[in-house]
Amino acid sequence: MVDKIKAEVRRLNFWYGDNHVLKNNNLIVAEKMVTALVGPSGCGKTTLLRSFNRMHELYPNTKSEGEILIYPDSINILSKEIDAIKIRMRIGMVFQKPNPFPKSIYENVIYGLRIKGNSKKSYLDEIVEESLKKAALFDEVKDKLHKSAYDLSGGQQQRLCIARALATGPELLLFDEPTSALDPIATARIEELIASLKKEITILIVTHNMQQAARVSDYTAFMYLGEIIEFGTTNKIFTNPSERLTEEYLTGRFG
Amino acid sequence: MEATKAKEKIIEAGLLIASASSILTTAGIIFVLFYESFPFFKHTSFFEFITEKQWTPLFADRRLGILPLVAGTLLTTLIATIIAIPVGLIVAIYLSEYAPSRLKEILKPILELLAAVPTVVYGYFALLFLTPLLQSFFPDISGFNALSPGIVMGIMIIPYISSLSEDSMKAVPMALKEASYALGATRFQTSIRVVIPAAFSGVASSFLLGISRAMGETMVVAIAAGMMPNLTANPFEPVQTLTSYIVQVSLGDVPHGTFEYSTVFAVGVVLFFMTLIFNILSFFLRKGIREGVR
Repeated sequence: MVDKIKAEVRRLNFWYGDNHVLKNNNLIVAEKMVTALVGPSGCGKTTLLRSFNRMHELYPNTKSEGEILIYPDSINILSKEIDAIKIRMRIGMVFQKPNPFPKSIYENVIYGLRIKGNSKKSYLDEIVEESLKKAALFDEVKDKLHKSAYDLSGGQQQRLCIARALATGPELLLFDEPTSALDPIATARIEELIASLKKEITILIVTHNMQQAARVSDYTAFMYLGEIIEFGTTNKIFTNPSERLTEEYLTGRFG
Repeated sequence: MEATKAKEKIIEAGLLIASASSILTTAGIIFVLFYESFPFFKHTSFFEFITEKQWTPLFADRRLGILPLVAGTLLTTLIATIIAIPVGLIVAIYLSEYAPSRLKEILKPILELLAAVPTVVYGYFALLFLTPLLQSFFPDISGFNALSPGIVMGIMIIPYISSLSEDSMKAVPMALKEASYALGATRFQTSIRVVIPAAFSGVASSFLLGISRAMGETMVVAIAAGMMPNLTANPFEPVQTLTSYIVQVSLGDVPHGTFEYSTVFAVGVVLFFMTLIFNILSFFLRKGIREGVR
């Protein structure tokens, strides 16, 4: 079903304190494709997404078991022996609400490079232009790169956050409901962007919006109460789901 | 309906009086300050006041230069600031970004206790403990000096800086910190590059509050700095600050209404302008920073 695998979740369980929120999840993420995680609120889709870059470690009382492998080197992302910082350099993330830093547009884009000690101006200039172009923002901001990122509109800020995530050259990009705070026009631009980005990068996206999943993704996993109920091509999941629960959710009978 | 309206009016008037009272008090203080210093400036040339290098208003050979007191105030404040800003900031970063919540619950009240110690205790701590300790390292330091009370004032204002900075750092949205971590930043990089810039207006206010506190501090310098007007930048020498001169005169037997008495108010006016200039500077500094990055 999947040509080339970029990442693979194996028997993943996750707990917030005593709350068992991910139950024996198995999932494959196809390389240079868009995989969507859908399901009702509280089903664990964001928790699963945030396991990929170990964001849970920022908070106390969380526990996970199982593996998430990233290819080609088959490293287990969740392994304690691997530094979370190394993982986060390979896996970028775009959040629910645009969250640019209180810095200039330029400094926002190169943040990930600056913290690694890059300071060669010609190189940084090049990366800024390239990343902003990939995020379809360059033409709008090229004359005000050194202005505050907060002068941009919400949709532009979100594209800036995408440029910021792209600047470090990640292999996998995580999107956590990236358009939930945006208007329909800004949403459409982000969706177009996701479609163009998948030519060079693997994308995993959590979305509340079923139409969005249908529009942007190649594969869809439907989650319910911490379990992955069904996984398949988006086409199959939306037109001919095998599970009754999937069908009921997609037709709006619950959720 | 009518009754509710009347009640609203009364509440509004009450609130207005409450807020006006603080403004009126300030205005009253400023008025008394200027009024009482009037005799001083009538008998003293302003030029002498700001250029003369000695301050001996209580001696027969009267010299009336404010510079030694201003220098003493700036020197002790500078020493306090050099101690308090870095330490306060480090403590704030530790509390807001590193300390487990259990430990924080214990540490923060202890730190705030530092601010509750009476300043007279700090004064004797400087004079009887810190100065002898410093003398064992620097034998040529005098028994009264600017360094020891400066350091102690610095310790005293650490909790102002750490507590206020920590409050504003804690208010930085988690989304911003997560964005930094997600790009592979360490905790320290996130604190320095994201949390502090995002909390800057609060952090800057805490610095300014701490510095004004040091400038206006009286007891510590009155006890440990030596009550000796001295135009110097050498922290090993005794100095007198604007505030400790005021204490010195108030404690003595200078009669009301005399010229000597009016010097206290002249010194008060200078202190008032120093803090005013400082506050105006800080206002523009914060405004500039807000407009620059927000």
